[in-house]
Amino acid sequence: MKKVTRTLLVSACLLGAGPAMATTLYDDLGGKEGIAVVVDGFINEISYDQNIVKFFAQTDIKRLREKLEEQLCMVSDGPCEYTGDSMEDVHAGMQITTGEFNRVVELLQNAMNQAGVAYPVQNRLIKRLAPMRPEIIHR
Amino acid sequence: MATYLNWKKKTVLPAVVAGLVSLPALADSRLLATSGVTQVEGSAGGGLVPWAVMSGYADEGEWSAGVFHTVTDVQDYRLTVDGASYSRDNRFEISAAQQRFEIKGLAGDIRQEIYGAKVRVLGDLIYDAAPQVAAGIQYKRLLDGDIASLVGAENDSSGVDIYVSATKVHLAALGGYHLLWNATLRATKANQMGLLGYGGDDNNSYELMPEVSALVLLREGVAVGAEYRSKPDNLSAFSEDGYADVFIAWFPNKQVNLTFAYADLGSVAGSEDQNGLYASLTAYFR
Repeated sequence: MKKVTRTLLVSACLLGAGPAMATTLYDDLGGKEGIAVVVDGFINEISYDQNIVKFFAQTDIKRLREKLEEQLCMVSDGPCEYTGDSMEDVHAGMQITTGEFNRVVELLQNAMNQAGVAYPVQNRLIKRLAPMRPEIIHR
Repeated sequence: MATYLNWKKKTVLPAVVAGLVSLPALADSRLLATSGVTQVEGSAGGGLVPWAVMSGYADEGEWSAGVFHTVTDVQDYRLTVDGASYSRDNRFEISAAQQRFEIKGLAGDIRQEIYGAKVRVLGDLIYDAAPQVAAGIQYKRLLDGDIASLVGAENDSSGVDIYVSATKVHLAALGGYHLLWNATLRATKANQMGLLGYGGDDNNSYELMPEVSALVLLREGVAVGAEYRSKPDNLSAFSEDGYADVFIAWFPNKQVNLTFAYADLGSVAGSEDQNGLYASLTAYFR
């Protein structure tokens, strides 16, 4: 009986350790370094897309990289705060269409594929970013 | 009939397409697999059920057109469907299809033409909290109505189905995998989709038939799922069951998609337990 109790206690401890070890999306993306690789790839993808790169003609790329890293870190529950402008302000006057928005989603997916981010992890990030769409399109 | 043959010879289609074409900057702007595949009556959807999605990948300011070929082979019958669809602005879809229903071991077959139109009424498949909703119509014309007439159909020449579909993608809903569901309500009098005519001696009124689909995207461009489509039972001569299938669909790119399914058609024109393989290819040339 004692042995059973001890076994149960040990099991309970192991189970209890579960939630503490649960990783955030930030961790699954590879943390700061992983996100930096994705953002680099994303900016690279944008630079090669004729239909999308035009929106970044006036953009300070160094600042863009920094703010994108912050933003992906924050939405994936990482230890960061996004200090950039609001999505509405950033995209004001750009008249971004639904098609152009989707194209950017695809460029991000390309970047995540190249960075070796697993499909379910990619999906979880897309899910976190999707609610921003109304703040981005048709502005 | 004459029109359809002309279409097959591509004498009419180029003229029609030329009248519908414009030149937007972007094309194919919707995300991979959001075209759905082509259902057995020519509308974008699953294999059996029309969905609220528009065929192809055209978004706002774009158009899309494609062709499809589907074969369903069960114990006593083979159904072959060929057709084409056009969609515009992720808003409108039109389609034309011809079904050829062969009764194995018998000479001759039953052919039915189906002309479809669909409009997205509200919502976005992926980005809105509410589902994407579309309303559609399928006008069906039976080219060989002798059998329909023989088995007791009230109308052996033409019928109209009207449906409303709601389709929704839940991003990363199942352990990080995207989930899609569709629910369709169809008003119909069609016997075996119309191949055995419309209305019958047991019932000659429109009935509302629920149809459902669900799938999971296992990886980019690969979906597995299942569907069920209830159907009327209008003829006293035969009992008619719902259709069901389990499927895998592959979208290697936005130009083509390929679906394989195991389909259970139930009792069809007196033959019980008709089931077998379903294969379908849709190709978009824009």
